[in-house]
Amino acid sequence: MSVIREADALPTAELAGRALRHESAHLHVTGRAQYADDIPLPAGTLHAAFGLSRVAHARIRQLDLSAVLAAPGVVAVGLPSDIPGENNYGSVVHDDPIFTDTLVQFAGQPMFAVAANTHLQARRAAVLARVDYDELPAILDVRSALAAQSFVIPSKTLRRGDPQAALVRAPRRMQGTLSIGGQDHFYLEGQIAVAIPQEDGAMLIHSSTQHPTEVQHIVAAALKLRAHDVIVQCRRMGGGFGGKESQPALIAAAAAVLARKTGRPVKLRLDRDVDMLATGKRHDMIADYDVGYDDDGRICALSVMLAARCGYSADLSGPVNDRAICHVDNAYFLEHVEIVSHRCKTHTVSNTAFRGFGGPQGMMVIEAVIDDIARRLQRDPLDVRRANFYGAAPRNITPYGQSVDGNVLDTLSERLLSSSGYRERRAAIAQWNAGSATIKRGIALTPVKFGISFNATHYNQAGALIHIYNDGTVMLNHGGTEMGQGLYTKVAQVVATELGLPLSAIRVTAADTSKVPNTSATAASSGSDLNGKAAQAAAQTLRLRLVEWAATAFDVPAGAIRFDNGVVWLGERALPFAKLVAQAYMARISLSATGYYRTPAIHWDGTALRGRPFFYYAYGAAVSEVAVDTLTGESQLQRVDILHDVGRSLNPALDIGQIEGGFLQGAGWLTTEELWWNARGELKTHAPATYKIPTAYDWPREAHVHLLQQQPNGEDTIYRSKAVGEPPLMLAMSVFHAIRDAVAACAAPGRNVPLQAPATAEAVLAAIEQLRAVETAP
Amino acid sequence: MLEFKVNSQSQSVDVDPTTPLLWVLRDNLGLTGTKFGCGMAQCGACTVHMDGMPMRSCSLPVSVVAGKQITTIEGLQSKTAQAVQKAWVDLDVVQCGYCQSGQIMSAVALLESKPKPSDEDIDQAMGGNICRCATYVRIRAAIHAAAAQLSA
Repeated sequence: MSVIREADALPTAELAGRALRHESAHLHVTGRAQYADDIPLPAGTLHAAFGLSRVAHARIRQLDLSAVLAAPGVVAVGLPSDIPGENNYGSVVHDDPIFTDTLVQFAGQPMFAVAANTHLQARRAAVLARVDYDELPAILDVRSALAAQSFVIPSKTLRRGDPQAALVRAPRRMQGTLSIGGQDHFYLEGQIAVAIPQEDGAMLIHSSTQHPTEVQHIVAAALKLRAHDVIVQCRRMGGGFGGKESQPALIAAAAAVLARKTGRPVKLRLDRDVDMLATGKRHDMIADYDVGYDDDGRICALSVMLAARCGYSADLSGPVNDRAICHVDNAYFLEHVEIVSHRCKTHTVSNTAFRGFGGPQGMMVIEAVIDDIARRLQRDPLDVRRANFYGAAPRNITPYGQSVDGNVLDTLSERLLSSSGYRERRAAIAQWNAGSATIKRGIALTPVKFGISFNATHYNQAGALIHIYNDGTVMLNHGGTEMGQGLYTKVAQVVATELGLPLSAIRVTAADTSKVPNTSATAASSGSDLNGKAAQAAAQTLRLRLVEWAATAFDVPAGAIRFDNGVVWLGERALPFAKLVAQAYMARISLSATGYYRTPAIHWDGTALRGRPFFYYAYGAAVSEVAVDTLTGESQLQRVDILHDVGRSLNPALDIGQIEGGFLQGAGWLTTEELWWNARGELKTHAPATYKIPTAYDWPREAHVHLLQQQPNGEDTIYRSKAVGEPPLMLAMSVFHAIRDAVAACAAPGRNVPLQAPATAEAVLAAIEQLRAVETAP
Repeated sequence: MLEFKVNSQSQSVDVDPTTPLLWVLRDNLGLTGTKFGCGMAQCGACTVHMDGMPMRSCSLPVSVVAGKQITTIEGLQSKTAQAVQKAWVDLDVVQCGYCQSGQIMSAVALLESKPKPSDEDIDQAMGGNICRCATYVRIRAAIHAAAAQLSA
């Protein structure tokens, strides 16, 4: 299939900001885009599979692998004793064994891996292990962990003002509880790595990873190598969503250990079940709150106990819960506030990053508090939300001390209110509900304010590498990874714009630790902010070099040299970029440059929980309308209206795609996606047959998704754009609250809706029954 | 030896007849455009055409395809297929892309049997192809766009 790159016809000055198609679109639609599983393997490659524990908590008395080793095609097994270096893939606290040794800490934990001639042989062999377990009591949920004071890392408290005194003083006071479910990433491409031994002990790793540098370091530590002995490459992932930030190191390290042991390349591609059993998910959390408020619903004081199920190890639970703390405020000013955050240790899989990184859970808490206040006061929840919005000083300081600058939520929500017809529809819904016993409808508008930057300040840096070859073509590399968010397209747009080239002149190459070192995870929505700026810096270095040389060589003032659409204007004279570059090469001008960027102005005290962790905030809001069948508990999203702030968009097509996709993924999290463990701690929802992510049926019949226009980022980001990867996920809180609104219509007004997340049919029915039971109680 | 046609070329493979077609395509024939997603015919990433019908190749024993004509994403050539691929690019459907081979195979099969599908037809035909990036709204739009182009 031939694809004409329409972008090539555009003046390059306009390349950034255009809705250009994804740089790999022509490959994706013909099946030619290569993922890790598609890379041709060297002869003699072995295929590996994990042997997983079947119990949640036990000492291993004996691990008998004789049947595994005797199985057809088996070449080797990998055990802790085969790891020459550190048996660990945890990046923060080193408490994640690659293969657990004597202690099993969750059902599904890798104990060994087997390498065989074929994938099927490895899988068949892996289940033949005979394990003698000495079972120990297991802590499986957050309440049990709290009772046992079982934590992976110490609890933290953020306090401002005098919340206890203010609670007592408040005209009204209420307590409540919310539980918030976890979420499996369910990237369509499961975890995968290929380890290929190189000369002199080095190792080449193809990994589906958001964090090549971490994979590099973990593999090096496991093999007792140094960082420069390991190269990690990733051209693209078939989805990441945070699930490929810390987890790929496990897969890569296990493959590398077997490759080291056998001297042969090893591929480890997890089955869907194994992926879901053995790798971490979004943290489920519970929140107990105590709120004081006035007759207008304005919050006077809030105290929250927020406890997360971290699983058996720390993984990224520290930063995830720090971000949760920093998002309990969402869009609202909390003058007197206390947030106690517990990071609970349980004998379940270790939870990890997932789009929003704790932020969504924190925001769910305050949205529930506000909804409860509104129900009690019999006010429209939207009015209570707006009464609590951040405003002018002094109502513009977050609990952690950052001032909320450039807040667009008042304007944005006003526009959305009007464009969605919220008030009229709410009235119509009330009328409908009055006349409908079975089908109840509900509507909600919820806002999003999401902090952009890694809380960990040192992560906010990036590098890029650009080569101009002497035929005028450009090779671009940067520290970011492509997982479908369109990062490679956006950064190519930046470079094309800076060098005045058509997009076809730029080739973006795989993330590669041997090209750009010490990269940060492509996470926290920061990919284009960081890598776009780093690539811009590299491109500007090259351009400046060419200008300085050309000014002398062609005797024109530097100010009269322009780069536009593949042509360099030297005053009145035009020279094709390729010709200029060829001449620059002959004049011995260096045509390769690195670029570097670090986010300015941010600082964070992780102990005091004070500072300016975020360079800026991204904003959005959504209005969702649902219908709920009160006999079955089923709900249907009927319409959504979204207005979202991406600053000056780098690429509206990509940005709106992120908003559509993030919203629906969030709706899945809050409605149908339920992770369910049995009493033995075995995850029973480990395949698409039992774990329900949104399908084509779940996109509403009516949807209006728009970018907030004319709002360049107030901070100096790449072309004044804003990050877009995570914030839209939280727009889906409007779906959850629309369901709450519909459930509320099942009883007389004035009562809180005891609906927990996810709002499965079961949870909706339970909430309706609880509401009605209260009503009929004597 | 099992004999069948893949993308109009005759192939004969010597494999266990219970081997799922997906692995024969990927491992024996090097056609890696068809993806492994779940291995249980629940996600649609492995969709191919068998005599024009969309099938989940991860759960289809290769013995079943003996004598049949298999089309994979690499072999799409029909006018319908080209219209679908063009619409996919024009509407910027793809995010991570991993499920999209399967989505396109299902979409082409739908349009071959129903040139002017309604939204309901599309949801029904595409409901078994899941996309974690949630590109569904654009898939729907792209199918309509391809249908419009084909009837123009």
